[in-house]
Amino acid sequence: MKSRLFFLATTLLLVAGCTPQATPDAPPAPTGKPTIALVMKSLANEFFKTMEDGATKHQKAHAAQYTLLANGTKDEQDVAKQQQLVEQMIAQKVGAIVLAPTDSKAMVSVCKKALDAGIPVVNIDNRFDADVLKEKSTTIPFVGPDNRKGARIAGEYLATKLKAGDTVAILEGIPTAFNAQQRKAGFEEALKKANLTVVESQSANWETDQANKVASSILTSHPDLKAILCANDSMALGAVAAIKAAGRTGKVLVVGFDNISAIQQLIKGGTVLCSVDQHGDQLAAFGIEYALEMLSKKGTPADKETPVDLVTAETLK
Amino acid sequence: MRRPVAELGGLLGALVLLVLVFSLRAPTFFSVPTLLTLANQIPELTLVSVGMTLVVLTGGIDLSVGSVLGLAGAVLGSAFLKAHLPLPLAALLAVGTGALCGLVNGTVSVRLRLPSFIVTLGMLEAARGATFLVTDSRTQYLGGPVERLAEGGLGGVSAPFWVALAVVVLGQLALTRTVFGRNLMAVGGSEQTAYLSGLPVTRLKIVVFVVVGALAGLGSLFNAARLASADPNAGTGLELSAIAAVVIGGTSLTGGRGTIVGTFLGVLVMATLGNGLAQLGVQEPAKRLITGAVIVLAVVLDRLRHHGES
Repeated sequence: MKSRLFFLATTLLLVAGCTPQATPDAPPAPTGKPTIALVMKSLANEFFKTMEDGATKHQKAHAAQYTLLANGTKDEQDVAKQQQLVEQMIAQKVGAIVLAPTDSKAMVSVCKKALDAGIPVVNIDNRFDADVLKEKSTTIPFVGPDNRKGARIAGEYLATKLKAGDTVAILEGIPTAFNAQQRKAGFEEALKKANLTVVESQSANWETDQANKVASSILTSHPDLKAILCANDSMALGAVAAIKAAGRTGKVLVVGFDNISAIQQLIKGGTVLCSVDQHGDQLAAFGIEYALEMLSKKGTPADKETPVDLVTAETLK
Repeated sequence: MRRPVAELGGLLGALVLLVLVFSLRAPTFFSVPTLLTLANQIPELTLVSVGMTLVVLTGGIDLSVGSVLGLAGAVLGSAFLKAHLPLPLAALLAVGTGALCGLVNGTVSVRLRLPSFIVTLGMLEAARGATFLVTDSRTQYLGGPVERLAEGGLGGVSAPFWVALAVVVLGQLALTRTVFGRNLMAVGGSEQTAYLSGLPVTRLKIVVFVVVGALAGLGSLFNAARLASADPNAGTGLELSAIAAVVIGGTSLTGGRGTIVGTFLGVLVMATLGNGLAQLGVQEPAKRLITGAVIVLAVVLDRLRHHGES
């Protein structure tokens, strides 16, 4: 309920469009506990919503240890707004910042400002660009899953259901997103190893409707297509509908990513072969735990990889 | 009346040219599956574009259609899944949600004399926010009876397509053969003259917003049926495709001139372009470049055709 109010408040502020300064949702609690600021990307996206809900739940369970201050931007590309949010957190002197950057390069500078102010930063979700970090001679630990590995696992599972030489297609996410590139690379790696032929690889921008349209076209131009690998589950839903409309259910396998609730019954029913769970609900919580750890002991923090798991009809039983 | 016919001929020519180019480049393009795919994918865009044409004819614009479609879809999904309402009732709620958003758009912009551009821009934001609240930002899988709506019907083409086609035909007839249509054209041509001639200008201008909202609501039903799910991001960017279809179809953005049949051809151009480029395996950046160029080209041609008029 609280998170919904947060969301409503930010939405209203954004609609009003009269917020030159990023406005935090609530003041930090005036206690001895550290305040951990969670700065997210679009809370409109199911994945980030799940992440935020997980963080809220984690805070409730560890209320004695820290106070949570969660903020998010309107959409995934809103770099300027997110920079303002981080600056606001620095001004408020929060204990630590856990950040899912809207941009892996542009957000580095403002995080360096935080570090200079003595506020530790933990990077989650979208990994900072290594070259930019080096140029600024900064280290910011990344806590999160290996998307490439996740996609590779899914691709390898698909390969066990196909034979060498079979043709498959990939539906990519937004081409500029690091996650999208990593997932595509992971799929390709597995497919190449299994000698499967990628006949098409096109972007459907993470969206169900676009995926439906692109998949329909690909199905028409490739009558012998054996599988479609989708970089997220929303696109997998669109692909499933396209395959059904083409009357090829069962002949074309579908692979998804993220394990959203809507996909699970399709996996159980067999219309989707598998998905990948990177435990989105725990990602922010992992970051927060790491931030607390950094606050208690100093030193050069290392990256921490969080688990990615294959989701199939078997695992959902 | 001769001019619109010649104009539609030109549009049809452009469409044929497009089909020809894709057929030569992609061997599978000129086929029954492509035709069926296109027919099954255009109902939402067609409905919304018909409504948009009416709004544009009166000199207004509706930027909120995509978000309104999203919100109507969210209401549909929640009514069906969470409140367990029967599908027809859920669908009616969706259409009602759309019409209500349209009524707000129309009333606020017309009564308070605000530009519809900015009022509907506000609705674009607000309706999307409401969509996320209603769905909790989660995709709802509907399946079953909703999905059945989009299954092959008459001639292997889904019922939504036939409904959309009927709306095009009825819309065109209403525009050219009824008092409502003539009044609409008069308002778009010169609002002051229309007002001085005693036409119900305010009511007409509000009604078109309600119509486009209701059509977006109906579109949400077809969208949900086609995808078997209610996606909180459904309809994102739909307003741009609809405006593009309207403009390609030869409707003047300043109002008073245009046809719904032209808009339908505009929809076909947009859909053919999307499908053909995907079949050719064109990558996203090039796809967007080409689509953008086609839209501008269409407006340039339209301007050249009407050069010297008024």
